[in-house]
Amino acid sequence: MTDHEHKDDAVPAKKVKAGKGTDAAKAESPEAESPTAESKAESTKATGTTGASVTPEDAAPARGAGGLASSGTAAGEPELEKQPPKAFLEVRDLRVHFPTQDGLVKSVDGLSFSLEKGKTLGIVGESGSGKSVTSLGLMGLHTVGQYGRQRPHLSGEIWLNGQELLTADPDEMRKLRGREISMIFQDPLSALHPFFTVGDQIVEAYRVHHKVDKKAARRRAIELLDRVGIPEPAKRFSSYPHEFSGGMRQRAMIAMSLVNNPELLIADEPTTALDVTVQAQILDLIRDLQQEFGSAVIIITHDLGVVAELSDDILVMYGGRCVEYGTAEKVFYEPQHPYTWGLLGSMPRIDRDRADRLIPVKGSPPSLINIPQGCAFNPRCPYADVPAGGVTRTERPELRETQPGHLSACHMEPEDRQRIWTEEIVPKL
Amino acid sequence: MTNSANSEPAGAATGTLTDPPEGESLLRVSGLKKHFPVTKGLFKRQVGAVLAVDGLDFDVRSGETLGIVGESGCGKSTMGRLITRLLEPTAGKIEFEGKDITHLGVGGMRPLRRDVQMIFQDPYSSLNPRHTVGSIVSAPFKLQGVQPEGGVKKEVQRLLEVVGLSPEHYNRYPHEFSGGQRQRIGIARALALNPKLVVADEPVSALDVSIQAQVVNLLDDLQQELGLTYVIIAHDLSVIRHVSDRIAVMYLGKIVELTDRQSLYGTPMHPYTQALLSAVPVPDPRRKAAQGRERILLKGDVPSPMNPPSGCRFHTRCWKATEVCRTTEPPLVPLATGHEVACHHPENAPDQQPGDTKLLRLADGVGTAG
Amino acid sequence: MLTYLIRRLFAVAVMLVVIILAVFCIFFLIPKWTGTDPATMFVGKQADKESIEGIRQKLQLDDPVLVQLFEFFKGIFFGRDYVGGGDTTHCSAPCFGYSFRSEQEIWPVLTDRLPVTLSLALGAAIIWLLIGLSVGVLSALKRGSLWDRLAMTGALAGVSLPVYFTGLLSLAVFAYQFDLVANSFTPFGENVSKWFSGMILPWITLAFLFGAMYARLTRATMLEVMGEDYIRTARAKGLKEPVVIGKHAMRSTMTPILTLLGIDIGALMGGAILTETTFSIPGLGQAVLKAINERDLPLILGVTLITATAVVIANLIVDLLYGVIDPRVRLG
Repeated sequence: MTDHEHKDDAVPAKKVKAGKGTDAAKAESPEAESPTAESKAESTKATGTTGASVTPEDAAPARGAGGLASSGTAAGEPELEKQPPKAFLEVRDLRVHFPTQDGLVKSVDGLSFSLEKGKTLGIVGESGSGKSVTSLGLMGLHTVGQYGRQRPHLSGEIWLNGQELLTADPDEMRKLRGREISMIFQDPLSALHPFFTVGDQIVEAYRVHHKVDKKAARRRAIELLDRVGIPEPAKRFSSYPHEFSGGMRQRAMIAMSLVNNPELLIADEPTTALDVTVQAQILDLIRDLQQEFGSAVIIITHDLGVVAELSDDILVMYGGRCVEYGTAEKVFYEPQHPYTWGLLGSMPRIDRDRADRLIPVKGSPPSLINIPQGCAFNPRCPYADVPAGGVTRTERPELRETQPGHLSACHMEPEDRQRIWTEEIVPKL
Repeated sequence: MTNSANSEPAGAATGTLTDPPEGESLLRVSGLKKHFPVTKGLFKRQVGAVLAVDGLDFDVRSGETLGIVGESGCGKSTMGRLITRLLEPTAGKIEFEGKDITHLGVGGMRPLRRDVQMIFQDPYSSLNPRHTVGSIVSAPFKLQGVQPEGGVKKEVQRLLEVVGLSPEHYNRYPHEFSGGQRQRIGIARALALNPKLVVADEPVSALDVSIQAQVVNLLDDLQQELGLTYVIIAHDLSVIRHVSDRIAVMYLGKIVELTDRQSLYGTPMHPYTQALLSAVPVPDPRRKAAQGRERILLKGDVPSPMNPPSGCRFHTRCWKATEVCRTTEPPLVPLATGHEVACHHPENAPDQQPGDTKLLRLADGVGTAG
Repeated sequence: MLTYLIRRLFAVAVMLVVIILAVFCIFFLIPKWTGTDPATMFVGKQADKESIEGIRQKLQLDDPVLVQLFEFFKGIFFGRDYVGGGDTTHCSAPCFGYSFRSEQEIWPVLTDRLPVTLSLALGAAIIWLLIGLSVGVLSALKRGSLWDRLAMTGALAGVSLPVYFTGLLSLAVFAYQFDLVANSFTPFGENVSKWFSGMILPWITLAFLFGAMYARLTRATMLEVMGEDYIRTARAKGLKEPVVIGKHAMRSTMTPILTLLGIDIGALMGGAILTETTFSIPGLGQAVLKAINERDLPLILGVTLITATAVVIANLIVDLLYGVIDPRVRLG
């Protein structure tokens, strides 16, 4: 019976999960040190305390640019350089570029972060910021099923449990999908096959990775359906997706993604299609399940409420890059990037009346084919002229640590940022 | 916009139609119902009805913003289409400026179409892709046979500027615009005839956060400048809080609570409102850390509007429900000044049925989470 | 499922009655209104006044319309007698009419020829499904490749080249030049292997035409399905690509194909006139052609009825299959 195996699987996960407090995280901090970031030992040590961390841009040397120009993959690089990090998941300088007739769409353009087990990373961004492309990149779904289409150019490194995924053998990658990394999608109605029963779809997900008979798989599926709170799971096993309500479908989707006890769960806008009260149920369920399974979770959303609710750390994406990264507390209370200010200023509050009008970000998100020179945010940034010499329009700001564990990609001096945030933004929120 | 000043609705030439003073009701709705028949079989036998809207009473006061909030299937969009008379009500009465418009036909509604306009949710599908922005925004003039001062084109360009677009966009097509800009086009079209009432159905829910704020601010500015009255329908309680003066909470075709913003968010009385408010994720990590926030987790889903529960429609999911809730429908009554609630056992107010204390279900149905 | 079946069957019955009514209108009422004497039409090319009068009596054309209609229906379900012109002609049930020209009942003619047409249509359908689906799927998966372009060019040729061209060409090459297959039709009852040999070219010719259409449809549907979210989910589960395509994508691709298949097979029941003529196959198509030439109206009427019925029944089967493939249909 593989159910036993599963319980066993979960044990090491639980151990890591304990790293919620700072004690365990501190113990991990030397491990979190990225070998390519030795010069930045200080920063990595600091980021270690958060459980998830972003390697500063300059720590991952400009290997991406060259690799990209030549072949679009990092395959030509010497193996030596690619030493596995100690972090559970580490993404280094990930680039996903889609060749189109209009030009190269740089959906993700140099993204780095890492994540420990038992932790939740929230990736926030608006449509077109590259957050969903990132998640599909982690799943290795950009390289399969691109029939007759030009394949996207992928470069960088994705390390999961000491294994590099971008250069992994496609079949190896396939075996990881659904077993080690699984995903919950936004719209469960379209993400489930309309012609197969919910139970069969879960059984299928289980049997791809486990050599068990149908009966055992069925038992496992019903167990999971029960766990995610579907009433009468044995009966609902044979229902079709259209016979479920929206919330139930998302529960079934979650059951399917958890059936193999994955170590990394990616939830791409898991509650966007749901009603508020159902959303609360699902968020609650995801939180509970993470406690129970101890997996690492990446939650991708545009809803700042959802990230605040679930995440330990938050990564703000804009124009295919990370503009700000830090603990949830830091990002909400001491945000460093004008875009983050813009998001916070744009957001009506449920918990209090806003002091003033909303402060929207002017203009629209950039075209990913033609990302503005310099800082991608500069055309929309009200403070683009604060740094001297128009540097925002010529030079792309690197991710820099502003406080321990808190990084942002902005040319502004810390003092300016501090002043603008406390004097200009906070009073209007 | 002086163009419409001297062309009052011809069909309503009773002489009584004067602008109501500030705060008086512009639109009054009573007992409004819309049932969609459900048919089955070859002979389309009616086997039931979706009680999309099932008895609404409210009024919209001149110059205010009335927010309508509720989950999917609560009938809020149907309500919007009823008060703009895009749908024919099954029962009840709709009065606009004191005139009964409940069953006006297409011809009878024509003059009213100038005063009541609608903004739709999806800026991608509500604009005809084959028409230029100019012809989209000028369509109301043609339909109503209105010749604005200085010509249609000039007026349309002025409108485009009002909503924050460039007059040069006149000859462009909708696909050349981003979502937020398209929503602006939709707003320009709605404003063309200088309406009194604008009904906006989820005007910002398809937009990104930063763009959403632009449109919210625009609606706000336009209201100030043009003295518009809004009915804004949305599922997002934060947006509703920000834009509304008064708010109606709907559940399964009924209004369960109707009050001003302060009271609704400060002292919500209906258990459903409470659950709804507590369910919204707060963008504040300290709240989560503090564990102080009690979340009311409702069990299950909204029941089908085809077969709504007896008595109080919320009783199947309510943790306070007693026998009376199952048998008797609570009326929407004021329990405080300007605070109407339809509940037998409200919070923050005296119990309406103090004798009935036996809970229908144990507390297990409702969980709390930090 | 049972109520669904019953409802569908009921709908089919209603449909058939409507079809009979429509056919009756076309053949009896419209000529009457437009001033053409149905009797002259039914008698054939040349006829004297006497026989026209006889047929008028036999068909009761002077009776009220409702009586005619009743007799028409009665003939289909119970058989009828044509009395007039001094003699009586019996037409037993199901009476699809009587050809006064060739002096025979229509029904036996139809039942003689229907199996031939059916075997032609079904055999061709199997081939075109095999070809169409596989070519379509391959083209979708290799979109834009040389194979895709070649296959789609071939498909375009298949759709546009007339059957008599491809048919005669294949006859000339495979039957006469290389003598690989028989060049004429042999009834199934006479010699099975000769029958098979004679049917190969007609099957392939017909399948070439339809297979091309099916390949194009399959390709288009497949491309659409491959973009669905549930295909991404299937991959995210870690399924192997052949399973993703063969199981998840194919299941959805089949729905529009089945719909088309129902219509096509039904329509072919009316006779693949060109194919049957090219290969001299004595099916319904040939009978129709002959009837048209000889203005044998009752036969045309009979074939019309049988074709309409075949389309309805084929669609019923498709609808039932639909219910098996797509669970959402079962409810509705």
